[in-house]
Parts: sequence; C-alpha cells; structure tokens
Amino acid sequence: MTHLGFLAVAALLVVPASAALLLIGLSSYRFGARLNVGAAFISLLAALSLFSTRPEANLYLRVDDFNVYLIALNNLVSFTTSVFSAGYIGHELETGRLTPKYLRFYHAMYQALIFAMNLALLANNIGLLWVAIELATLITVLMVGIYRTQAALEAAWKYFILGSLGIALALFGTILVYLAAQPVMGQGLPAMAWDQLLANAARFEPALLNLAFIFLLLGYGTKAGLVPLHAWLPDAHAEGPTPISAVLSGLLLNVALYAVLRFKMLMSANPAALTPGPLLVGVGVVSLLFAALMIYRRGDIKRLFAYSSIEHMGIITFAFGMGGPLANFAGLLHMTMHSLTKSAIFFTVGHISQAKGTQRISTIRGLTATHPALGWGLVTGVIAIVGMPPFGVFMSEFLLVSSTFARQPLLALLLVLGLLLAFGTLLWRLHGMAFGESHGASTQVHASLLPMLTHLGLVLMAGIWLPGPLVAWFQHVAVLLG
Amino acid sequence: MHGLAFDIAHLLAGGMVIVSFMLLYQDRVYALLKVFALHSLVLALAVGWQAHIQNAPHLYVTAAIALIFKAIIIPTALYRIVRRLGIHRTLEVVGGVGRDMLAGTGLVALAILVMLPVTATADPLAREDLAFALAVILLGLLLMVVRHNAISLVIGFMSLENGLVLAAAGARGMPLAVEISVAFSVLIALIVIGVFLFRIRERFDSVDMQAMDTFREERRR
Repeated sequence: MTHLGFLAVAALLVVPASAALLLIGLSSYRFGARLNVGAAFISLLAALSLFSTRPEANLYLRVDDFNVYLIALNNLVSFTTSVFSAGYIGHELETGRLTPKYLRFYHAMYQALIFAMNLALLANNIGLLWVAIELATLITVLMVGIYRTQAALEAAWKYFILGSLGIALALFGTILVYLAAQPVMGQGLPAMAWDQLLANAARFEPALLNLAFIFLLLGYGTKAGLVPLHAWLPDAHAEGPTPISAVLSGLLLNVALYAVLRFKMLMSANPAALTPGPLLVGVGVVSLLFAALMIYRRGDIKRLFAYSSIEHMGIITFAFGMGGPLANFAGLLHMTMHSLTKSAIFFTVGHISQAKGTQRISTIRGLTATHPALGWGLVTGVIAIVGMPPFGVFMSEFLLVSSTFARQPLLALLLVLGLLLAFGTLLWRLHGMAFGESHGASTQVHASLLPMLTHLGLVLMAGIWLPGPLVAWFQHVAVLLG
Repeated sequence: MHGLAFDIAHLLAGGMVIVSFMLLYQDRVYALLKVFALHSLVLALAVGWQAHIQNAPHLYVTAAIALIFKAIIIPTALYRIVRRLGIHRTLEVVGGVGRDMLAGTGLVALAILVMLPVTATADPLAREDLAFALAVILLGLLLMVVRHNAISLVIGFMSLENGLVLAAAGARGMPLAVEISVAFSVLIALIVIGVFLFRIRERFDSVDMQAMDTFREERRR
C-alpha cells in the first residue's frame, strides 16, 4: 500500500517538473496550454490518491494529516487555474500583450511553480522547505514581470527585493533552529527533519528557538503578505497575468503560512519557549485592520482584491494565533474557503479586465447588464468573500468571531471592526462595478466559466453542508495544531 | 592550538564585519564592486578555515563556491553590466556617511547583544560566528535601505547572503544541501538581476530606483 503512496508522491514532483521541461521546448501554444492542463490534472489525481494511501515519512519528504489536504487543495486550484489560463492566455495572444515565445516560457514556469509548491508542502526537511519556497519566489518574480511594462517591471523588482529579503531572514531562522537542535540531536540530517525536531523540541534551548521563530515569522510572513512586509503583494497581483494572481493569492500565500505553522508547532512543543500565539494574533489583527482600511481607496480592480487577500491572511493568522480546537478549525476552513473564493474572483476579474480593456474600477460599470455571466459571477464571488451566508467563508468567520468573543471579547471587537470595514467597502465598490450605467469600450470575451463555477459551487456547498469525514478530519488537525 | 584556531576564525569573521562597513561608505560603483569581491574573499577564507577546524570537507566546497562565484564571477559580471549600460559611476549617498556608520555600529552592538545571551550554552566558536554573521546580515540590510541605486541594492543583498553562508558554516555539521542551495540561489539571483538591469535600463534610462516611483498607482491617476 505504501508503495502506491510513494508513487503518488513521486508523481506530484516528477509530473510538474518534467512537464516544465517539455513545455520549454513546445512552440505551439495551443498544445502547450493543453499539456499544462493535462499535467495539472495528473498531479491532482496523485494528490487525491494520498487520502487513501500515503508513504512512510523519510528524512526529506513526509505526508501527514496536516499537509495532505493542503496538497489536495493546491493541486485542485492549480488544475482549475490552468483551465482558466488556457482561455485567458489565448486572448492575451490575440491582443498582442504576449508573444508565443513568452507563452512557452509562461507555461513552463507555471508547471515549475506547481512543482515548487508541492515540494514545499511535502518537505519534511526544513532546509528543503526553504529551498522550495525560495524557488517558488524566484519563479513568481519572473512571471510577475512577464508583460514587461514599466509597472510590471517595478512590481517584479519590488517583489524580488522584498521576497528575497524575507527568504534570507527565513534561512537565518532555519539555521538557528538547526543550532538549537544540534546539541540535543547530534549533527547531520535528522536535526533538520521536521518530525524528529518535533519529537525532541521539548529539550531544545528555548532562547535560541524564540529568536529563530522571530526570524521565521518575519521571513515567511513576508511571503504570506503579512503587514508590515506586505508592500510587494498588491503590485505583484495587479501587474502580473491574472492566472498568476489567482495562484499567488489562492496558493502561494497558503504555502508560506503553512511554513509558519510548522514552526509554530515546534514552538508549542517546547514548554519553556515563548508562546507564538500572541505574536500571530498581533500580526493578524494589524494586517486585517490595515488591509481593511486600504481597500477603501483602491482604483485598480486587481489591487482591490489583492488587499482583500492581505485582509484574509490576517484573519487566518489571527485564527491560528488564538489557537485551541475551535479557532484552529476556523483557520483551516478559512484557508480552504479563501483559496477557492479568491481564485474564483480572480478568474472573473481576469475576463472582466479583458472585456473592458482596463483594470480601472472607475471605467468598469454596469457589468451585470453588458456581461451578465461575468457580472453575476463577480457579485457572487464578492458576496462569498465578504462573509455573507450561505457561503463557506461565513461559516469560518462566524466560528472564529464567536470563539474569540468567548475568550477575548476585546480582541473580537477589533476582529469584527476589520471584517465590517472590509465588508462595507468591498460591497460599495462592487455596487458600482456590477450595476450602474455602463460606459466605456467593451467587447465580448470567450470566457470559460467552468473553473469559477466549480470553485463557487464548492464554497456554497461548504457553507450549507460540510461532509462528516471532512469535519472529523479538520477537528483532528485542529487538535494537532494546538 | 585550539586557542589559535579560535582566534583565526574570530579574525576572519570579524574581518567580514569590517568589510561590510567598508561597503557602507563607498561612493563609486566600481569601488563598491571591488569591496564586495573582497567581502566574498574573506568569506571564502572564513568558511575554508571552518572546514579545516571542523574537519568538514563539504565546507571546502562552500568556500570554493564563495571564491569562484561571489569573489570572481559575480563582481566581474556586474562590472561588465555597469560598463555596458554606462551607468553613472558615482553613487548618490543619501544622508551622510557618518550617520550610516553610526547606525551600522548600533546594529553590530544589537547583533552581539541579541546573539550572545541566547546562545549561552552553545559551542563558543559557533556563538561568536553567529553574532558576526547576524551583524553582517544587518549591515547588508542597512546598505539596502540607505541607498536608492539598483547596484547598491544588489550588493547589499549579496553581502547579506554572505552573512547567511557564514552562519551556516558556523553551525557544526549542517547538511550540505543548504549551502549548495544558497550558492544556487545567488546564481539564479544574478541571472534575474542581470535581466532586470537590462530591462530597467531599457525602460527608464536609469537604475535609480526613485525614477520608478512615478509609476505607483496613486500617481498614475
């Protein structure tokens, strides 16, 4: 049985990597897009098979209860995004924003990004985790700058500098964790394997572990878009191709947060070390409030939703910082719901900006009249993301708010304030874009609505009925997270 | 012998901090690149010495990578880029050198005050090494903050990575994977940077980062 699991893990890494190599050499963009979708689909199947059978952990890779669902989510969203991207990219080629040569590069980088994210999620070795996140950063830098406009270059450069800085700080934190482990566990690879670190964490030098966690939180927190190191995120989302915005928001932020959580678990295993909870709560609240205030004055539709991503990352960090079975449950659920909803929104936004030929909110008006499918898709997506019932985001936010009120009423007030601010401004912005008088140029685009409908359908389903095994599984992981 | 081994390690790691300070006050591009090459050379020596006293042959590889890539190839490549692009040879120093030096001194003090207490139980060699490494990292950060020039940013980032390699070398028995990946990342970083410099140049006729600020959303309205 474990043999099959091993095959699945191998497929998760080998398929995207070899697809990336193949795609570099493919000149036909149609075939490239199809191969991209096909490879993402095989990865998705491999990821799903991990639910039934999983391999033994070794010093490098490990599949456990926590990462298995993130791996499935990662491959699901990258598959649907590849479907969306096939249609989106075709339009970019027609309008001449991208040339076939760049498309070849784009598809190869897309698969390489899936490889890097899968590797980060599968990694058991904290050094390997770091390498994978670094690889993902460099790939996304290249993809953000792919349009080569002035704004895209500025965004990519800013992302490169801030991202590498975060990565550098995270490496220093990783070295410190090794130094804390080395006197207890001896030299060599085991002192970098996460499961063995966890087993021995209680005997580590707490002061060193504290310092390491600060660096790791700063480093990976930058990648997760947490304030005050979030400055790259809105630019990178706004200037890159929309499928990349969807993957960045839906997946890469999660991967970075996942890394933080792994180290949080190490910290919790050492009774003398500082409790990471208050730090995460602090960063979470600040990100939430800051982003909620910033959403108000955005003039660019992708930037608007990028700030909303910062807001949601704040909420998730807050939830895990609160800790305890209920808040962790809410955090896990919110991570899933945010990924699905935000990528669905970016799918719609991508088609909308192609149809209107602009990303400026002031020129996007009356979408429900001119483009009913896209307009109503956007309305549904925004209603889901601001946390209105019956969607899944409502469930997770409600759980978080009620559990916080029971434990820390004052903090809950801040949380609710942030949620309401974002709620109001997003709906207000939506009103203008979806309804109102339509003006400005607009063309019809050939949009594939399937990815968006799948995501929103799943979010709706989660809001109405969560399957029993999924609930049991979320509860189990919530306890693991402590 | 142990005393001497320790002293040499100390001297080399301390030397990196001094060279980091030298990076801070350079006001010419070529001089900055030369000092960076010196920084990497000292790093290679420090890592080589660690390899010798720890009896860890894999660290010789790291030292060789530092020597070949960071002390020779990268400065040469950047030198060529600068010459080919005809970038202004002088670097604008924002604020004063004195202020930067004072801030740098403060950061070194901070690094020592932070690192020494938390590593009280660790091996003294690793302790000092780590304190110096943190100082180099913070000085690299400072260089990135106080200069607006793309070349200074790149050099600041690379000197910061040198600090990371020093820290990794000081950690006894740390597996090779990490060092190789650091070297690898620098290589990729160079490619990315090279491409970027060309593209930025192509678009802006300048590598002054302030020229880019005009493209922020707020001003585009």
